[in-house]
Amino acid sequence: MAYVAVKGGRQAIENACDLLSYQLQKGTSKPLGLDQIEEQLYLGIDRIMSEAGLYAPKLAALALKQAAGDSFEASFMLRAYRATKSRLSHSQPLAMDKMRVIRRISAAFKEIPGGQILGPTSDYTLRLLDFDLLEDSESRRQAFREKLLSHLDPEVELPDSFPKVVEILRRDGLLVEKSTMEKESKPFDITRQSLTYPASRSATLQSLSRGETGGMLTLAYSSMRGYGNVHPFIGELRVGYVPLVVAHPETGEPYTVGEVKVTEAEAVAQYHDGTEDGPAKFTLGYGLCFGQNELKAISMAILDRTMRNEEGKSPVEDQEFVLSHIDGIEAMGFCNHWKLPHYVDFQSSLDRLRRTQKVGEPQESEL
Amino acid sequence: MNLQAWRTQHQSESLHGYNFAFLDDSAKKEIRRSLLKAVAIPGYQVPFSSQEMPVARGWGTGGLQITLSLILPEDILKVIDQGCDDSVNAVNIKKFVAKVAEVNSTTDTQAATLIQTRHRIPEEPMSEGQILVLQVPYPEALREVEPSELETRRMHAEGDYARMWLYLYEDIVRYGEISISYRYPVTVNDHYIMDPSPIPRWDVPKLHMSEHLSLFGAGREKRIYAIPPYTRVEPLEFEDHKFRIEQFPVACSRCGSCNSYLDEIISDVDGSRQYFCSDTDYCDKRCA
Amino acid sequence: MEALLKARRLSKIFGPGCSLCNESTGPDFDTNVCPHCHSVVACNAVDFDLYPGEVLGIVGESGSGKSTLIKLAHFEWSATDGEMTLHRSGLPAALAELLADKADQYTCNLFGLSQFQQRQVRNALMGIVYQNPLLGLRMNVSSGGNIAERLLGAGWRHIGKMCDRASELLEKTEIPISRMDEPPKNFSGGMQQRVQIAKALSNNPLLLLLDEVTTGLDLSVQARVLDLIRSLQREFQLSMLVVSHDLGVINLLCNRTMVMKHGRVVESGLTDQILQDPQHGYTQLLVASQL
Repeated sequence: MAYVAVKGGRQAIENACDLLSYQLQKGTSKPLGLDQIEEQLYLGIDRIMSEAGLYAPKLAALALKQAAGDSFEASFMLRAYRATKSRLSHSQPLAMDKMRVIRRISAAFKEIPGGQILGPTSDYTLRLLDFDLLEDSESRRQAFREKLLSHLDPEVELPDSFPKVVEILRRDGLLVEKSTMEKESKPFDITRQSLTYPASRSATLQSLSRGETGGMLTLAYSSMRGYGNVHPFIGELRVGYVPLVVAHPETGEPYTVGEVKVTEAEAVAQYHDGTEDGPAKFTLGYGLCFGQNELKAISMAILDRTMRNEEGKSPVEDQEFVLSHIDGIEAMGFCNHWKLPHYVDFQSSLDRLRRTQKVGEPQESEL
Repeated sequence: MNLQAWRTQHQSESLHGYNFAFLDDSAKKEIRRSLLKAVAIPGYQVPFSSQEMPVARGWGTGGLQITLSLILPEDILKVIDQGCDDSVNAVNIKKFVAKVAEVNSTTDTQAATLIQTRHRIPEEPMSEGQILVLQVPYPEALREVEPSELETRRMHAEGDYARMWLYLYEDIVRYGEISISYRYPVTVNDHYIMDPSPIPRWDVPKLHMSEHLSLFGAGREKRIYAIPPYTRVEPLEFEDHKFRIEQFPVACSRCGSCNSYLDEIISDVDGSRQYFCSDTDYCDKRCA
Repeated sequence: MEALLKARRLSKIFGPGCSLCNESTGPDFDTNVCPHCHSVVACNAVDFDLYPGEVLGIVGESGSGKSTLIKLAHFEWSATDGEMTLHRSGLPAALAELLADKADQYTCNLFGLSQFQQRQVRNALMGIVYQNPLLGLRMNVSSGGNIAERLLGAGWRHIGKMCDRASELLEKTEIPISRMDEPPKNFSGGMQQRVQIAKALSNNPLLLLLDEVTTGLDLSVQARVLDLIRSLQREFQLSMLVVSHDLGVINLLCNRTMVMKHGRVVESGLTDQILQDPQHGYTQLLVASQL
């Protein structure tokens, strides 16, 4: 019996799973420690946490290890894990001005109150392969750390709080007021409700914040090149740790339960026309995501702004288009599903085609 | 917590650390509420939150969530993919459900209380009390003619289906045939146009006035819909151009059935074509 | 004879609206923008009756509110205020029943219907021809299909009968049947308008709405389209609402005419009378400048 073939599928599947594990373990190098991944591949961890929508560096490291470095698979595992956890509480709104800043720049103003803080970034490096790293060792790292830290003045302290650059614009009446933005009594929860369009602003921002970096970059880049351009300026970009404050379930007392590393981007963009409410003003696009992921935060800020263009014709100006396509986990699953058998459907298509061919060739004039 | 402690704790819990049937109770409740609404409004797509499952989007997460929200320890589960109990997707899902819900499974259509399926409806008629859960990639039957969700929801609300009908009309004028093969759109209960999931035309009539309950889950698109027992389900057709199911030139090479949907197999020996039942349980029963 | 359609107090305001909107806009103030709340009063308290087989013209410059009336009548915009009713005698039995309002000869206020019901009314009773064929036609679907779409919307389910009806209408509107399977994007502007007309007539509408149908066409093409409309109107005794800024079009097609400015009707009456003896200053200006 030639076919009946698909029988025995179960065993083949088991074998495929075993082979995957083998592939990961067949080498002779030492097993990767999660601490190594977390410390040395931290940008990968940041990206996974942000796309999974779960702030858990250790679990993200585990996912990245298990997925053999595939960030899509790793985010997927982490998000699926998150989905099984019950919701204990909501945090209070993050106080972004309380951020323990490690990096903070503005591309709109040369001097900003509190100063520009370049922080750890690859922006100013030359992208040359560093062959010294071939000889990486603990002693080499130790020497580098000692040398660097010996130059630092331990007396200098960072301020507790940095003023927001956009507040300067707002104070001068150049930026739309917060009050003219959409007000929602209770934020939408995209993990509990399915998006319907037009999506509220809270739903929009949540979806963007969980979006896939590459997908968002592609869309934002299409805008930068002219498909629905909003001519953004980076009013301010911050990376750092913000305290997470949760109200005590009984007393309501606010408690700081920890801090999360985030990237925040505020894009000052194209002004809107004056209305009866007042003169023309700049508008703001907002980006925020877990970890240090500046590309994503900036892309998010741009998309947040482009989607609010009314009557736009470009893909990025269509909220439904943007929000339905930026989730990497959904996109990846669906793309992979084409590998599943489609025998039945293909058979049905064959039947249609054969029947249509019998009816006669389509005529040129009708096409 | 240090990593070692964390690992010990989690390893010892294994999958027993999860709720019965994986989903937490509030998620199940939400899905069941959506199911009730879907049954009350046959063919209407009910949005639901659709949790991420440890199975990829597009691999039956919608159907899986329905199954997990309904399943009880005494249930007997059958899972098929393309008609086959042993195909990749079916095996994956059966393995997962068995792990988290510890129910008995079967390949026998008649013995199952709950059948989750991808792209087929079993050949053997199902009866009252049985539930068929269909996995749905595209819940929106109108998507072919209208990409925007906002607009298709309006079209359903207003019964504005002329464009869907026009699509079929143009097909006939152009090709003499309607080109839609699987995912053939149906009208449910004289009201909503519905996507019956990518079942072949062959299976569409099985949905009409059926004794069993059919539930449709689209995980990625976050929609649930239903056809309650004894509901009218009619494929879109014209008075002078009736809906037709697939035709096969021969009978099943294995069981000799002339009344089942067949897969066309190209022999790896001599390249000849043979036809076999797509529903392997049906074929096995006839051979037994 | 009783009116086929009665419209009363039709109003459409864009913007928040305020209590002073109506008393601070209109021809006397030379604006339709309320100075207090900046709302646009597109039309205000317009009444009209349309009799069976009658062609009623609405003339005015852009922003006068004439196209607003068509959009309200076709349920494309929802009215801020007002009502529209149809005489029940001409309606199909099922629809007459659905729209019944007590023992009245007329239907309930059609503006009060759900969007679903409004669509049913529109599909069964109305036809519309827009200035821009993009609004009325699917440019990539065959011309026959464009006509069939309306029939499908009105519940037709027989391919052969729809094809027959489409070719009959294309013949009437002087489109060669050989081009029935071609999409309108292949056609000239005048031909596109004729396909739109065929589509609008496909369901034997009780009411035909024409919105600046010849604007933008060459003069000779205009004349041909207008001729066609006039002969179809006579043949089918169509009741039509014709919006145009062009008094020539109004003169050729309409029995009665309303002149609008800044959302108000400034003058109405028999078309001949209005053209020969305009009473309102604005109408006089219009007539003097165009004829």
